[in-house]
Amino acid sequence: MFQVLCIFIPLLAALFMPFFFKKVSTIHTGWFVLVVPIFLVSYYALFIPTVSKGDSVIAQLDWIPSLGISFVSYLDGLSLLFSLLISGIGALVVLYSIFYLDRTKEQLHNFYIYLLMFMCAMLGVVQSDNMMTLYLFWELTSISSFLLIGYWNNRDKSRFGALKSMMITVAGGMMMLGGFVLLSIMGDTFSIRELISQAPELSTNDLFVVALVLILLGAFTKSAQFPFYIWLPDAMEAPTPVSAYLHSATMVKAGLYLVARFTPIFAVSEIWIWLVTGIGLLTLFWGSFFALKQRDLKGILAFSTVSQLGLIMSLLGVGAIAFHVDGAQETIFKYAAFAAIFHLINHATFKGSLFMIAGIVDHETGTRDIRKLGGLMSIMPVSFTVALIGSFSMAGLPPFNGFLSKEMFLTAVLSITEFDLFNFSTWGVLFPIIAWIASVFTFIYSFYFVFHTFTGKGKIDQLPHKPHEAPMGMLVSPVILAGLVVALFFIPNMIADTFIKPAVMAVQPFLYSSPDQIDIHVAAWHGHITTELKMTAGIIVLGLALFLTLSRWQKIYSLFPSKLTLNNLYDFIIYDLFDRWAGRLSGLYMTGSIRRYLSYMLGSISIIVIATLFMQDAFRMNFDGASPIRIYQVILIIVLVIGTITTVFAKSRITSIVALGLVGYTVSLFFIMFNAPDLALTQLVIETISVALFLLAFYHLPKLKKEKERTQFRFGRAFVSIAVGAMVTLVALSAHSQKLIPSISEYYKETVYSLAGGGNIVNVILVDYRGFDTLFEIAVLSIAGIAIFGMIKLRLSKKGEKL
Amino acid sequence: MEIVMAFVCGFLFMAAIYLILSRSLLRIIIGTGLLSHGAHLLILTMGSFKGSAPPVLSDGVTDFVDPLPQALILTAIVISFGVTAFILVLAYRAYHELKTDDMTLMKGSEDNE
Amino acid sequence: MKTNDVIIQFTAKIVFFMIFFYAVHIFFAGHYTPGGGFVGGLVTASAIVLLIVAFDLKTVQTILPINYIYMVAIGLILALGTAAISMFTGKPFFTHFFDYFNLPILGKTSLHTAALFDLGVYLVVVGVTMTIIQTIGEDE
Repeated sequence: MFQVLCIFIPLLAALFMPFFFKKVSTIHTGWFVLVVPIFLVSYYALFIPTVSKGDSVIAQLDWIPSLGISFVSYLDGLSLLFSLLISGIGALVVLYSIFYLDRTKEQLHNFYIYLLMFMCAMLGVVQSDNMMTLYLFWELTSISSFLLIGYWNNRDKSRFGALKSMMITVAGGMMMLGGFVLLSIMGDTFSIRELISQAPELSTNDLFVVALVLILLGAFTKSAQFPFYIWLPDAMEAPTPVSAYLHSATMVKAGLYLVARFTPIFAVSEIWIWLVTGIGLLTLFWGSFFALKQRDLKGILAFSTVSQLGLIMSLLGVGAIAFHVDGAQETIFKYAAFAAIFHLINHATFKGSLFMIAGIVDHETGTRDIRKLGGLMSIMPVSFTVALIGSFSMAGLPPFNGFLSKEMFLTAVLSITEFDLFNFSTWGVLFPIIAWIASVFTFIYSFYFVFHTFTGKGKIDQLPHKPHEAPMGMLVSPVILAGLVVALFFIPNMIADTFIKPAVMAVQPFLYSSPDQIDIHVAAWHGHITTELKMTAGIIVLGLALFLTLSRWQKIYSLFPSKLTLNNLYDFIIYDLFDRWAGRLSGLYMTGSIRRYLSYMLGSISIIVIATLFMQDAFRMNFDGASPIRIYQVILIIVLVIGTITTVFAKSRITSIVALGLVGYTVSLFFIMFNAPDLALTQLVIETISVALFLLAFYHLPKLKKEKERTQFRFGRAFVSIAVGAMVTLVALSAHSQKLIPSISEYYKETVYSLAGGGNIVNVILVDYRGFDTLFEIAVLSIAGIAIFGMIKLRLSKKGEKL
Repeated sequence: MEIVMAFVCGFLFMAAIYLILSRSLLRIIIGTGLLSHGAHLLILTMGSFKGSAPPVLSDGVTDFVDPLPQALILTAIVISFGVTAFILVLAYRAYHELKTDDMTLMKGSEDNE
Repeated sequence: MKTNDVIIQFTAKIVFFMIFFYAVHIFFAGHYTPGGGFVGGLVTASAIVLLIVAFDLKTVQTILPINYIYMVAIGLILALGTAAISMFTGKPFFTHFFDYFNLPILGKTSLHTAALFDLGVYLVVVGVTMTIIQTIGEDE
């Protein structure tokens, strides 16, 4: 119970932030926020001993039990690792933001509410075992990301980037929802664990592949895979703490989480392996290649994030191969999933620190344009050191954690060539080659990032601000992360036993029954020169050579046609196709005339109803028990018809009001004839009051004018009215002629005295049997009364003052 | 009688819709008034006129008419009164502010479109 | 415009009480014979409207200094409260209670929580109708 509530703690805390911001203005609101992730880290840390043994903890809170939808907090290796990352990195990011965002200039309460909302959503995504709540939290991450990217909402680029990220990720989320629904239809449950347990049966279902592709679309859009990555570079308009948190360490990894979580279900499919590995490698290469084109520090990091996400994605794809190999525990295929999780942790550490450094550089110099920067090393030594550590780790150099996971990545892609199912033995040889080339580019852009910013001849006097080292507090978070980067290199096996192996078990539950069985020992040096080591050496040599000659060949990026980009495709779809063309199309019938809309609606309703009546053969005429027509009834009907016609053709206000009153009184006489005394009484009084009301308002109403109307519309208007009249008549006739089920009134008639203690059945129905109706009715009535009161009494004078 | 009433309802609806689709606010209000009358009669007709006594318990009477449509209509009458009053006030406030009661001229000025 | 309407004012005074007591009657009789909160409320309102027609708004307001908006609120609270009473005894929302008592003078009488609910309806109907008429009438 408390475990489930913990997901919502950030959201609850968010409620108080406006209060802290407004009332406690001397203390930066961030300090209050900081309490939340720190609490969560320590809370989730309590689960480490249990979970690292391979057990899982589950707690459930029913939400919509009748539909099988509930909030579940399911902590196994994978979700605990993510929860710790979310809350841990969250704490560091909040700490960093306290120094990054100015207390007096920024709308801090908004910022922290969005951030806490995101934290809640992200915890929900990784802990939900129920697919529907998973989807709910998934979209909440998209929305909070939208709000955070657009945080500086007076900037055009922020709003553009926010909208773009939302469009793409929410569209993907919708696809994913479709996949979830299909899965739940196949397995008859929303629970992911239960679906995993029936994975073999699921794969034979026709819808299996459709669900697979749809869910992958959700994961790919969220994790910025090719060709959906285009939102991530634009998302860099967000404040840097947000970029560090959402767009490198956590949210973009939700897609990876999803792939990892559903691997046990989908791994049997060859499409899954091909798509995940292929798209992953393509993204890896594409991102690393285009990172060098960027001039913006955060742009470089964005493309590098895209590329690293592709790397992890491809590892998860290769990891799925283990399901197709007998005795996979013994083969090299076991490395892939392990490497994926390992690199995921490493990436969070080094990319988080690099983003924070980019933010510091931006903050202290006033620019992020790498062409203007340079030579900051001597001014900002601490930042430089952190940047160096982060970049070298990203480039895959020892003694940093990136080296270890990169080695394992190379091992994994090399292993593909030994897999002889699904044509991998022929085409698979491409994979290590692409991976190697991408790694070379990764090496180059890592160096590009750090050395072009901190070394060389900088024009320091021309920077917008006079640069100096960042304040202590701002450096704390990146230094901690950089410390982790180094520490992880030296104690990888401790991390592996505590976090990675339980997580791998969640990804590959069929292979292992406890984390101890995962027989992987991470080591920087395997005692002999391996193929991977040779590849790394090649990367360093070629990478260094290309880096030193960068200025000569960087021009090739301008060779790419500037029109045929994915961004232009997005702009075309959103702005041309949706905005302009769709606007033009709907402009044809959306003329802004309410009368026109109303006639469309009424016309189509009557046509649909009449057509359905006859197509379903539902029209009946059966008047066996009809009551006879009496002469006074005929007279009344004539009066009613005359009154109605008068209202239509009346030339003066008073005539039409009186005619309406006439109709009303006639209706009350009808009520008397049809044995409805209550109705007759009410109608009589109401009619009296209504006429009084009309006459009161009489002086305020304009005179009736003869209506000038185009004959075309006049004709359409007549047609619509006749159609509605015909529909009503037909429905009334058929409804009267066939009673399919007995009226519930029999029950009322029998029990009115014994159960409700009353004699007037109508009134008893109103106050007792259907009291809810009456309660809401008087509520509506009160609203109407208050609205009228407000419209008349509470209006502004012409000058805008209250009267 | 039921057949005739079905046609009467249809007629009321027809006139009501014709008025609602007009340009003048007052006609629209009168149209809604007619529409609610039509709807009340429609509910009553779709039920049944069977039975010879009002739905009030008294000695020796068992042949009541169906009370449920009546209860529904009673609610509807009061609601439609509230709604009519509301539209009436809305209309005359709109007339005061905009100096017109023509729906086609009320679409909004240039700057808020 | 000052017209001599002594007759209508005199008649209205008497008729007002007749209508009002009739309204009270049909309100209480509503559970067994035609009538009830809606009709009772509307009839009461029409009685007040009659007064307004005969005299004028200001005079009527001095005679009946009632804030009708409050009346609406009280009615709503009463209706909702009556519906909620049953929840305190563990029964579903909107369960009514009634029983028969032997009261002095009146003899055997049934007391019914539904009547309280109906009183809420009555108050809301009177309140809303009068609010509407009063605000429209006051508006210049």
